[in-house]
Amino acid sequence: MLRGLLPALSLALVLIAIAWLNPRAISYFGFNLMLNLAIPIALATIAQMFVIAGNELDLSIGTFVGFVGCVTATWLRDAPLIGIVVLLGSIAVYALLGALIHLRNLPSIVVTLGMSFVWQGLAILVLPKPGGKAPDWLLSIMSFKPPYLPFPILAALIIAAIVHFGLMRTSYGVILRGSGGNAAALRRAGWSLLRTKIVLFALTGLFGVLSGMALIGITTSADANIGNGYTLLSIAGVILGGGEFVGGRVSPIGAVLGALTLALAASPLLTFMHIPPDWQVAANGAILIIVLAARVLISRRER
Amino acid sequence: MTSVRTLLEKPWIWSFVGALVVWLATIGFTGGYGAGGMVTAALSLAVFTVIVGVGQMFVITLGPGNVDLSLPANIGLASAVAMKVMGGSDSMIVVGLLAALACGAAIGAINYLLIWALRIPPIIATLSASFIIQSVDISYGRGLQIKPPPGFADFTNWQVLGIPVLAMLTVVFTIGAALALQRMIYGRSVLAIGQNIRAAWLAGVHVGRIRFLTYTLCGALGGIDGALLAGYFRGANVDIGNEYLLASIAVVVIGGTSVAGGKANVPGVWGAGLFLVLLLTMLNTFGVSAGVRLVLTGLIIVGVITAAGGEKAVR
Repeated sequence: MLRGLLPALSLALVLIAIAWLNPRAISYFGFNLMLNLAIPIALATIAQMFVIAGNELDLSIGTFVGFVGCVTATWLRDAPLIGIVVLLGSIAVYALLGALIHLRNLPSIVVTLGMSFVWQGLAILVLPKPGGKAPDWLLSIMSFKPPYLPFPILAALIIAAIVHFGLMRTSYGVILRGSGGNAAALRRAGWSLLRTKIVLFALTGLFGVLSGMALIGITTSADANIGNGYTLLSIAGVILGGGEFVGGRVSPIGAVLGALTLALAASPLLTFMHIPPDWQVAANGAILIIVLAARVLISRRER
Repeated sequence: MTSVRTLLEKPWIWSFVGALVVWLATIGFTGGYGAGGMVTAALSLAVFTVIVGVGQMFVITLGPGNVDLSLPANIGLASAVAMKVMGGSDSMIVVGLLAALACGAAIGAINYLLIWALRIPPIIATLSASFIIQSVDISYGRGLQIKPPPGFADFTNWQVLGIPVLAMLTVVFTIGAALALQRMIYGRSVLAIGQNIRAAWLAGVHVGRIRFLTYTLCGALGGIDGALLAGYFRGANVDIGNEYLLASIAVVVIGGTSVAGGKANVPGVWGAGLFLVLLLTMLNTFGVSAGVRLVLTGLIIVGVITAAGGEKAVR
């Protein structure tokens, strides 16, 4: 019971720390500012969660987000039709990778490692120098200011609700998770493991595309290296959210909470604690360790 | 004929075949010019990937989820430590190397401590640790003009008959690693843990001790690699190890080691290391742009792994 609440507790821990250090940050404006980059991080984390649900790992999601960002800031604005075709095509590439990994029984770590070079190279070819501009409709979506609830929180709620329903409440969602839990049993029950793998990878591609677009909607221009940090952030987000690397045990709500925790811990908390720039990265690591240590303490008490 | 077939069945042969093909393609392009020099350069650069690759291989062999993501940060810090201890004087070379080794080993031990005490997946533990190490390195190495002693720089660049001495020493080291893996209790225990950690524990393998040793060994190899890199490139810096995160994992897997653990392969690390370096040389020789080079590198890695095929399903 308590274990399921751990991602929420981690987030609360970070929020309490922020409120204690700077009470004024806990406001509509403060959250809008602090959670600025939370939406793309949450979407990338959800993307990573889908492959992890199938016992795979995507080491290319960061450079993929960067590639999508470059396409969004160039073609999607100047030639929307080409932009849409390219983005749909990249989702198809993800689906093909899923098929390849299943049919040839390849380690996904290596395949996606190779793909991370491919996406990075393509991003550089699309946008050799930092620049470009996000399409206007995307800018207006990302600067939407709903009443009462800051947009990043609203978006996180919507993302978590949709993915939770799809993956945890529908029958095909159970099959998808089952492909990570007990693949042999699913196969004997007559389900196509090829199809589950293709669907999981295509979903990763889809959410990767959404993440890249959301990122460019916030930063307004792109750079080939803009998403590189997202690979590790997304994996950390899934694990913070209570997901496990094997067994199809993932939680969409947890993943979104994990992403929010990381987004908050990354910069606002550190700024408030007056940590010198040299040590900000270290503080990031320390926060990750503290949160995980708290998790261990809680789950030990439970036994 | 049978000997050829047994050779083809070795999982490591494909990485050497790949390296050979890339090399032939390049000298075909240059019309045979620079064929020998290319091998020399490839050997001297591959050494650094092979050393960390072997460490990463032992870690990955421990089983699913085991991987050391702190290697780049570790290499960066150790390079700074080594250069600072040596302080530009030839008499301190050995002390500096030992300091780098100790620094790396300490990082490896801390990694395992995090994994063991917090029971977190090694990916997350080594990732968090690498953040901290990175900061230590940034603040430790700041504003330092860190150059290696002339003797050390010469040693890391020393060649005999066109073969880098460092490469010869690394070959000796990898033979030792292969023996340790296949013939020593330590290596057999690593393989046993990778195949089935519970069975290994029931069979009396000191699971905790072996895992601790493996992470420490990998850290120590990262440390020594950092010192050697700083000598070879004549200076330490924070980013010196950055490319070795992907490279160390890539050489392990291209070299035929199973990412599922329990099956390791030392010769393949050499083949894959040479393959990656020669691939880069080839693309540079062809004069392609940075973007095209990255795309081709990625596609070739995916192509090689697809051609070599995954493991046959056991059941």
